[in-house]
Amino acid sequence: MFGFISRRLVMALVVMVVVALISFLLFRFVGDPVNQMVGIETTPEQREALRERLGLNDPIIVQFVRFIMGAMQFDFGNSYQFKQPVADLIGKRLPATLELSLVSAIFALVVGVPMGVYTGLNRHSPLSKFFLSVSLIGVSLPTFFIGILLIFVFSVTLQWLPSFGRGEVVEIGSWWTTGFLTLSGLKALILPAITLGLFQMTLIMRLIRAEMLEVIRTDYIKFARARGLPNRSINFIHALKNTMVPVITITGLQLGSIIAFAIITETVFQWPGMGLLFLQAVQNVDIPIMAAYLMLTAFIFVVINLAVDILYFVIDPRLRTERSGL
Amino acid sequence: MTDQTLNTGEEKAKGRIARILDSDIFHSFIKSKVTVLAAIVTLVFMLTALLAPWIAPHNPFDLAQISILDARVPPVGMEWSDPRFLLGTDDQGRDMLSGIMYGMRISLAVGFLSVGFAAVLGIFLGLVSGYVGGRTDAIIMRIAEIQLTFPAILIALLIDGVANGIVGNLDREKWAIWILTFSIGLSFWVQYARTVRGSTMVEKNKEYVQAARVIGIPSFIIMIRHVLPNVMGPVLVIATINLALAIITEATLSFLGVGVPATQPSLGTLIRIGNDFLFSGEWWIAIFPGLALAILVLAVNLLGDWLRDALNPKLR
Amino acid sequence: MSILDIRGLSVEFPSRKDVFVAARDVNLSIEKGKILGVVGESGAGKSTVGNAVIGLLEAPGRIGTGEIHLDGQRIDNLPAKPMRALRGKRIGMIFQDPLTSLDPLQTVEFQLVETILEHLPVTKQEAQQRAIDLLDQVGIPNPSERVKQYPHQFSGGMRQRVVIALALCAEPEVVIADEPTTALDVSIQAQILELMKKLCTEKNVAMLVITHDMGVIADITDHVAVMYRGDLVEYGETAQVLGAPRHEYTKSLIAAVPRPDVKVERFPQVDYIEGSAKPFKQIDISTHWLGKARDYKAVDGPLLSVKDIDMRFLTKNAWIAKNRQYFQALKKVSFDIMPGETYGLVGESGSGKSTVARVITGLYDPSGGSVNFAGQELTNLRDKKQVLAMRRQMQMIFQDPFSSLNSRMRVRDIVAEPIKFHKLAATNAEAYGIVEDLLEHVGLGAAAGKKFPHEFSGGQRQRISIARALATRPRFLLCDEPTSALDVSIQAQILNLLKDLQEELGLTMLFISHDLAVIRQMCNRVGVMRYGELLEQNETDSLFENPQHPYTKELLSLMPSMELLSTEALAIA
Repeated sequence: MFGFISRRLVMALVVMVVVALISFLLFRFVGDPVNQMVGIETTPEQREALRERLGLNDPIIVQFVRFIMGAMQFDFGNSYQFKQPVADLIGKRLPATLELSLVSAIFALVVGVPMGVYTGLNRHSPLSKFFLSVSLIGVSLPTFFIGILLIFVFSVTLQWLPSFGRGEVVEIGSWWTTGFLTLSGLKALILPAITLGLFQMTLIMRLIRAEMLEVIRTDYIKFARARGLPNRSINFIHALKNTMVPVITITGLQLGSIIAFAIITETVFQWPGMGLLFLQAVQNVDIPIMAAYLMLTAFIFVVINLAVDILYFVIDPRLRTERSGL
Repeated sequence: MTDQTLNTGEEKAKGRIARILDSDIFHSFIKSKVTVLAAIVTLVFMLTALLAPWIAPHNPFDLAQISILDARVPPVGMEWSDPRFLLGTDDQGRDMLSGIMYGMRISLAVGFLSVGFAAVLGIFLGLVSGYVGGRTDAIIMRIAEIQLTFPAILIALLIDGVANGIVGNLDREKWAIWILTFSIGLSFWVQYARTVRGSTMVEKNKEYVQAARVIGIPSFIIMIRHVLPNVMGPVLVIATINLALAIITEATLSFLGVGVPATQPSLGTLIRIGNDFLFSGEWWIAIFPGLALAILVLAVNLLGDWLRDALNPKLR
Repeated sequence: MSILDIRGLSVEFPSRKDVFVAARDVNLSIEKGKILGVVGESGAGKSTVGNAVIGLLEAPGRIGTGEIHLDGQRIDNLPAKPMRALRGKRIGMIFQDPLTSLDPLQTVEFQLVETILEHLPVTKQEAQQRAIDLLDQVGIPNPSERVKQYPHQFSGGMRQRVVIALALCAEPEVVIADEPTTALDVSIQAQILELMKKLCTEKNVAMLVITHDMGVIADITDHVAVMYRGDLVEYGETAQVLGAPRHEYTKSLIAAVPRPDVKVERFPQVDYIEGSAKPFKQIDISTHWLGKARDYKAVDGPLLSVKDIDMRFLTKNAWIAKNRQYFQALKKVSFDIMPGETYGLVGESGSGKSTVARVITGLYDPSGGSVNFAGQELTNLRDKKQVLAMRRQMQMIFQDPFSSLNSRMRVRDIVAEPIKFHKLAATNAEAYGIVEDLLEHVGLGAAAGKKFPHEFSGGQRQRISIARALATRPRFLLCDEPTSALDVSIQAQILNLLKDLQEELGLTMLFISHDLAVIRQMCNRVGVMRYGELLEQNETDSLFENPQHPYTKELLSLMPSMELLSTEALAIA
């Protein structure tokens, strides 16, 4: 167990270092940071002074180490567009994105998993075929178009739900704002959460169905049938548990990608999260924000992946025990 | 003599067509009405896109044909509509139907190009990784794993942002489509590489490859001549499904405003423009291109789904 | 009084074009405490009969006509629910592959207790005790400890014991075993068969054993039914059927079984076999293209000399060399093969016999030792030209006829590839001419070249493999289990072909097999391998008559007895 987890930890560390390297290279070589920070009227001497002060004349390795040290304290310097510390900008936006992602993820899992199990077990029932058709439409509609359709129906036409923003938010402590505690906050959450979760939900459903069909064909399921076990036990104890191993990996990855897909949803709904901030950064080549966003999402993904690996361990005994000779 | 050879040639050709018509795959195709419909829709859309300059009622890029007086005309069937514009016009007076036809051109072009790019890169790396193994394999797969931690859309966004930063604002329009193709392609190669690697590792241990090695044939030729044709089945399925994904990704990036420039609108750009008019009641500017996009992607996805099931012998 | 009665059973598989009848008008019955064997080659429909009895025919299979009675009660038309209640409770089933028959994520105890509770009116504690008792009965040591373990902690043979315990959970009256020992090594097979026979008498169970292996039939069955292409061709007491077969097919099947106890010159040419090939035609070696192989430099002494070969595989990589773990596949293996001789290597799975072949052909680089071929050291041969010249002189025939041919290439191109690669023909046309000739020679006919591999049966594919191996005009042929994936009747043909070719072309052969009987028929000298070591080597007859090493003795004692089998059709050498 220790060996397995520590190997995964090393891998996670490698991922973070690589991402840090990419972020650093972005920061250092895409455009000249000095040019981005100063106006046209700055003299060459002033530029050189700034260059020296920022340490841009030091050896690359030194700069990289300094970058990593900074990143560990979440210090990525100032945004080119806003001339404010990146950490503050992102910190202010983080709660909005995390709340949205969490609700979408729960929605995707709570609806997607049962649908997947049902369609996997009842391959030919009309309801399965209906679910499958819906899911195919779900993966075929681009996220942003789903958002637009929802806005068109529920905000423009029916005027039931707001089309943009978070509604009223409540501050918790000095660094967290939540929309969970007000009616308008909850109402504002519904459309974006569905938009963001729908795609993941259909993917999870289709994946579980495919795995289920695969497992149902294995010898041990046939043997379980030949032993006269009831369908309930075959389906839920033997088939579902074996389905879970691959499903957990991909589901983990999918949930991680919700944070990234939030960029699109936040744009459609003008949701004041960090995805929207990142998009503006991409459009304006605001490298510090891009670098910080990249590092933060990478960190979140790595944590999710580690959690998935540990879950593996709980489910699959083949990983827990070494093979005994006999 | 010539007659005879011609005859046998013809017979052979006929035999091949008859064999295709009689094959299980063709049969499963014909039997599934949805798939046939999807194939027809895909074909019609592709032809429309290809022939847009000749069959579109207007040329949305020709300033002489556009008049601001025609702006925001609703589609036929609604009040104030104009029979010249079947699906209405956008805010600058461009015909929506023509815009969609031209937009489809760009969407499909980027889709095909990026899938091709991703496939070639992914197949090559997967083949090498799986066949050579060892350290080469470890390096390629670690890179793939790291990239896989990030969703394709994020990678595409990043590459796009970086490339635009490098190219600079001036050349941005000229390069936009190529940058887009490159960034979408680069964000999709992993799936091909992993699939091809997996199949290659299976094929590599099959005895026909060992037989080729015993004969003395060099690795590179074995990879191309023996392994490659045998790992292409799953690649075809991925490519089809990826075409749908690439079209969606292109539309998404264009919608986010980092894709193709507004002078060459793709379906995503059209939707972005239309999104601003959703609240003032001009819904058609966003919804029609959106529906066209959704139908195209749905049709391609249906084909991909069918292909996957048809090529999977276990599901027969 | 028979417990299971099958009357006039037909099983059909409807497809798009027609209805395929997998079993036709089968009549069988089994008594309590007796074992009935159903034997046949692939496609005989024997497994279908077993699946029909337990009501688990694969879709779209269905019972066409006939009835199945269990203890006087008709069961073939039962609805799903009572049928399920019957499975496990009154009819148990044992599957072929113990590695895939158990749910990998549940403990053995869970799977046993679950099954017991489903069928017997006992408490959980009683069920747990019964689970331990069952493991004890099927011969698993330390049952109270091992019951808590997961399937992957058991070896293949032990897992098959667990599978048997699961099948016996609820004291069924009938047990169906579908190729129960096919996936196991000889030594394990003997133990499992013994266990099955013992349980059958002790528990008074009627057993239906489905197998392709005449040895299994001779060993444990009381009655035997022989099936051929869906038809039951002969049915009676085992001793009678094997000793004095009446049906032509049974006769030819028995004659084709290689036997460890008698050596035959050639296997009898029997018809009644699908895809039978054209008879072997001798060619004039002095003028034929293949004859040019004779131009190779003659050698004094052994053609191949293997000395102290070591081979280890990395099983666990690590940064520090000390922490790396290796699997020692070969330990100081040495042997010589004289020109024109057939040398056999025999051993169970994991003995390293196939690794030897892969080291000799250069597919693996050995970790130590040397391979000397025709006076040339191969292990440190680096010059490309010389390597190719060596490769050309030795070719290999592989085990699996389905994976040894590239399914995307035409047969003609498969066989022509070595000719073109080694530039043995001046033009493409000449190369294809040679290919046609080769295909003709291995009994396929020249027209075969235009087809793709999937259009051929397993035996025919193996002939294509042989043609490809001959296409470089080798003088040394390595055969790695060339017939173990084939039915016995096809095996006999292929072995005959190999013998003919060797005689005609003066080939030297290394023949690798797990099957002692095949080795006895094919080889001049034999080496016995276990765990990567060559334990004993000797002239074939001396080794079989007078084995020295205890392991060899054990292997020979485990051979299923073939004394029952008729020798009528054999030309004993």
